Amino acid sequence: MSAASPLLCLKGVSKAFGANQALSGVDFEVDAGEVVALVGDNGAGKSTLIKAVAGVQLADEGTFHFNGKPVKISSPQDATTLGIATVYQDLALCDNLDVVANLYLGREVFAKGVARTAYIIDETTMEQSALKLLESLAVTTIQDVREPVGSLSGGQRQSVAIARSLLGEPSVVLLDEPTAALGVSQTEQVLHLIRTLADRGLGVVVITHNLENVFAVADRIIVLRLGRRVATFDVRGVTREDVVAAITGAEFGVGADIPKETA
Amino acid sequence: MSDERETLGSSSSVGAALRELGRKLAQGEAGTLLVFIMVAVIWTFFQFQNPRFLSPGNLTNLMLQQAAVATISIGVVFILLLGWIDLSVGAASGFCASVMAVLVVSHHVPSVLAVLIALALGALIGLFNGFMITRFRIPAFIITLAGSLTLVGLQLLVLGDTGTVNLSDPFITGLTNTFFPPLIGWIAAVLGIAITLGLSLLERARRQAAGLKVGPMRSLILRTAASGVAIVAMVAVVNQDRGLPLVVVIVFALALATAYLTERTRFGRHLFAIGGNAEAARRAGIKIDHVRIVAFVLCSTLAAAGGVLAASRLYAVNQSSGASDLVLMAIAGPVVAGTSLFGGRGSAWTAILGAVVIGSIANGMNLLALSSSVKFIVTGAVLIVAVTIESVTRMRRGAQPA
Ligand SMILES: Nc1ncnc2c1ncn2[C@@H]1O[C@H](COP(=O)(O)OP(=O)(O)O)[C@@H](O)[C@H]1O
Ligand SMILES: [Mg+2]
Repeated sequence: MSAASPLLCLKGVSKAFGANQALSGVDFEVDAGEVVALVGDNGAGKSTLIKAVAGVQLADEGTFHFNGKPVKISSPQDATTLGIATVYQDLALCDNLDVVANLYLGREVFAKGVARTAYIIDETTMEQSALKLLESLAVTTIQDVREPVGSLSGGQRQSVAIARSLLGEPSVVLLDEPTAALGVSQTEQVLHLIRTLADRGLGVVVITHNLENVFAVADRIIVLRLGRRVATFDVRGVTREDVVAAITGAEFGVGADIPKETA
Repeated sequence: MSDERETLGSSSSVGAALRELGRKLAQGEAGTLLVFIMVAVIWTFFQFQNPRFLSPGNLTNLMLQQAAVATISIGVVFILLLGWIDLSVGAASGFCASVMAVLVVSHHVPSVLAVLIALALGALIGLFNGFMITRFRIPAFIITLAGSLTLVGLQLLVLGDTGTVNLSDPFITGLTNTFFPPLIGWIAAVLGIAITLGLSLLERARRQAAGLKVGPMRSLILRTAASGVAIVAMVAVVNQDRGLPLVVVIVFALALATAYLTERTRFGRHLFAIGGNAEAARRAGIKIDHVRIVAFVLCSTLAAAGGVLAASRLYAVNQSSGASDLVLMAIAGPVVAGTSLFGGRGSAWTAILGAVVIGSIANGMNLLALSSSVKFIVTGAVLIVAVTIESVTRMRRGAQPA
């Protein structure tokens, strides 16, 4: 596995919903500059793990280390403060607002001088930084940042949501099913954007069902099954069949729960 | 994609512009234009029925009649932007005006103070509504409907046995009975146009200096010219009658302040965000309940202001002040003029435009001496059509390629 202290490192994370053990003693780590694909069947515990990291749904057990230091994440604010950004599957954009307004929602920039005392928003500065941000991410498909987000394509919306998550200058970005609702070329755009994030030195975690996407974008693959981490692969040394086998458990026979690590 | 844009700009520009306009109309974006067409049709119709309709005297009356409801509607816009509705604005206006009248007439409270107390009372009502809705998650229309009934009862209580309080206080009656001499009217018109043009040019220059895209100068001039013509025409008309009414200046000032608040400030941005997607706004760290409470406070305060203007125009407050169809008209006006019932889309100006549309229909039917049965049926039908158009354009927007 990777070097001494990964950027974000979880150990022994467990979470139960009543009698349903959604996560049992899961370890997880992501390093700066890598894309980790978190895969697994429906109900494997992927979203539960992400939510624990994002601070929206706390785990029962487990320790979190960030930059090698032990940390506590007990609210979304904690995660944000640490530099962990989450792009939720439902995106959470306001369709009636334009791209600039969505990017800066909740962190609007005030104008200076007299206008500041009148709480006037500095649209010019916000638009300039929005353009710069999108350019730095090589998002070229958005023609007009004053267009309401509701009239953008799915891929463009996803790009806005991802760009938005970067405004707080996070060091880890979690994406839950970012390509689930997209067509071929839009998926391409978003995967490219995800790769850009990692190339900029961020740690990126992508949940996806689509193995093609996994092989297109990920450096490492972590497989969850029935709440346990059952396999870890380096994309370069693995076939689709291996990953599918780990996801379905075919390799071990149904019900097997021996964790197997392949590094 | 960019190639397409460039060709649109050059060769088939007229056809493209028409197609663009058609698309905007279909999706409700060119709402203002549509409303102007609607007003033109209504005015032409009634002018043919009764040549007195477009006389300076009648148009001035139309403004005076609609000032109160336009003021209430400006407040309602805040709530509509949230995607909610406040059914208590009529009752709040009647109750607050009643308190003001009783304070002035029976308790000899100075009229300016009494008006301020009425406004503060309005703010309190809004605070109550906002608190109940955000704290106990009671649907807005339920709590404001129930509150409405309570306020009607309080109004009867305050007004006492006779049920009517006549007003002769010069400050209060002066609000709707003061007219500026022609010269002041023209100065106001010139100032209004100069300020609009100046602000647009300033904004344009700032964007250019920042290296951002700016729209064509032509459309800026065209827009200013259109609103300039409307302002000049209005002043020309009122100057032939009694002059520019003070109350028109008040209503425009309130709309301007609301437009500034909703379109330029962070509060306004958050209002639109909550109306568009409340969950997204919450996850963005916006204190959505605070924003909602402030919106209700502003709405009820403006309702109280509308009540004061209505009392001023009537020289009295009585048991039916704020009652009957006032609340419906105050909500319908902005919706007719393009503010969405579903939240996140609209503007303060639709309050004025809507009051003109609905007021024109009511005023015209009065001139024709139609029976109340016909008046109710026609007004109701207009509202049904307006709400249907709203819903259809909303569906079209939703059905856009995703
Ligand atoms: N809020 C919840 N309440 C009860 N059970 C839940 C809840 N969230 C998830 N679960 C259960 O936990 C398990 C893991 O779910 P989840 O993390 O959503 O899986 P995945 O995202 O991999 O499809 C499932 O059995 C699911 O039913
Ligand atoms: Mg999931």
